[in-house]
Amino acid sequence: MKYKLIDHTADLGIHVFGKDAGDLFANAARAMFDQITDIKKVKGVDKHSIRVKGSDWADLMVNWLRELLYFWTVKEKLVKSVDIVSISEAKLSAVITTETFDTARHSIRNEIKAVTYHQINVEYSTTGWEAQVIFDV
Amino acid sequence: MFESQESVRKRNPNKNYTGKVMEIKQIDKYHWEIPKTGNMRVPGIVYCTAAMLKGPKQEEPLKQVANVATLPGIQKASLAMPDMHWGYGFPIGGVAAFDWNSGIISPGGVGYDINCGVRLAGTALTESEVRSKLENLVNSLYRNIPSGLGSKGSLKLSVSEEKKVLTEGSRWALQLGFGEEADIDHTEDGGCMPHADPLLVSNRALERGQRQLGTLGSGNHFLEVGVVEAIYDANVAAVFGLFEGQVTLMIHCGSRGFGYQVCDDFLAAMTRHVQKLDIDLPDRQLACAMIRSEMGRRYRNAMACAANYAWANRQILLHKSRDVFQQVFGIGPRDLQMNLVYDVCHNIAKKEEHIIDGQKKVVCVHRKGATRSFPPGHPSLCEKYRNVGQPVIIPGDMGTASYVLAGTEKAMDKTFGSTCHGAGRVLSRKAAKKASKGRAIHRELEDKGIMVRWTGKGTLAEEMPDAYKNVSEVVEVVHGAGISKKVARLKPIAVVKG
Repeated sequence: MKYKLIDHTADLGIHVFGKDAGDLFANAARAMFDQITDIKKVKGVDKHSIRVKGSDWADLMVNWLRELLYFWTVKEKLVKSVDIVSISEAKLSAVITTETFDTARHSIRNEIKAVTYHQINVEYSTTGWEAQVIFDV
Repeated sequence: MFESQESVRKRNPNKNYTGKVMEIKQIDKYHWEIPKTGNMRVPGIVYCTAAMLKGPKQEEPLKQVANVATLPGIQKASLAMPDMHWGYGFPIGGVAAFDWNSGIISPGGVGYDINCGVRLAGTALTESEVRSKLENLVNSLYRNIPSGLGSKGSLKLSVSEEKKVLTEGSRWALQLGFGEEADIDHTEDGGCMPHADPLLVSNRALERGQRQLGTLGSGNHFLEVGVVEAIYDANVAAVFGLFEGQVTLMIHCGSRGFGYQVCDDFLAAMTRHVQKLDIDLPDRQLACAMIRSEMGRRYRNAMACAANYAWANRQILLHKSRDVFQQVFGIGPRDLQMNLVYDVCHNIAKKEEHIIDGQKKVVCVHRKGATRSFPPGHPSLCEKYRNVGQPVIIPGDMGTASYVLAGTEKAMDKTFGSTCHGAGRVLSRKAAKKASKGRAIHRELEDKGIMVRWTGKGTLAEEMPDAYKNVSEVVEVVHGAGISKKVARLKPIAVVKG
């Protein structure tokens, strides 16, 4: 998983990379949950299919991470693995595995409360894909 | 599959966000102007000192002040208070008023934690009476007030009960016996925003709100036992019920996950909505809708639900704190006299009347990390404070001081009845953690006579005093500029952090 942390006065951001769109979106999801918890201690117990839409790549990225964060903030489920089934600029379909939070085994690194549009950026070039996302913590 | 940099930029309007150095002109000691340029409809006005502007990372919030100035219907100026720092879209410490008929409303101008706010209560106790039992008190507060990330309360609301919280606010808590009538009088808007419509909030928001009522949460939220260490205006302090040496309780928190979800839902909806409007947004996080449009109405009435949730939450936390104090000191409510001085909100958009160019005008005032500062005689104030102005509560960092101010006529004239809201961050969370390496922050605080209890692993480091501006300097600016006046200073003696 390739990503770097971005320093933001109010919050927490990631600069994430991928060899193609699917790789980038999967890495962004893993980076977000790597900031939330130690993924090594999470098991892939439950399986869920996810579909999200977007008006462009940046919007799709925010909607995708927002959808995954919902599993944590509302359902109290930590995401273990992400498998992108199909992806285009307008929509994404994925299968993820999760495990319900267990205070005995899981620790929380950062409480990410929201995925923001602030300085959101997704772009690609000859060298690959990259994105920047800022979280509210 | 390659495309030009130009088309990449078009799709990513924020890409060029870091542009040229911003022009800023000094008006007087505490006022600075960002002149109207480009798409700005009005100038920007920043309340701060020259030294504050030289601080690290001031360029970004100044750009945000200028960005807000481009939004339709903005009146007079895009304002920033001395505690300003980089937010999403709108700066934190930002104030902007929009014409009710031709202006916009923006969830980014309110913030995620809708009606994040602070309340201060006095007591009949003095520092010497509390010191010997301070450890017991802080432990007991920590045990009885659920805090930390995703903390859950003892109340599990049914959806129908939750909807009552959303429409009734503080009054809902009172009906359950969590408080007294005077608490309502001493809460901004009586602890209830009208027109709250639970049908406009998503199931996700309802779900997030069900288990979190009566909890402090995490991050910069806290509960603080303080002592009044200085009085600047004896008459006003007496009306507020404050005296030197008095023990106080301050609660800082908001609408928890519920408000976050409401903001998130409407940001998503308005990002799509705004594409249909003829508005050139410099930043996606400024997504907005016309106040009088259906989308604008829906957001306002959903935001009101979150505001009411926050007021009910702070009311329950005050009630729980009263119980803890009574138990620890073995006294009843009459001897404790934990009377609410006031409850103010920091993140809100409100319909208010202001005089603009000599005319009375209805506007929607966005305060994002800013506090209402209404003057003596304002009809919104309860009778007790009618002659002295609204109490304004300014929490500092956990190692320094907090202030009680009073609202002024000048605030009505200059800042749409607004002032600062706190110290304002200077270090990012990451930088704060780095700066705290090898230090025991809780020990440093204990050496200063401040006992602290906390839940989150990194919370103490992230929230350490060095991460914030000096609150006294911030307060000097708003006092010096006359947009609120100093009444009292409090020093912390015990803090519970989420």
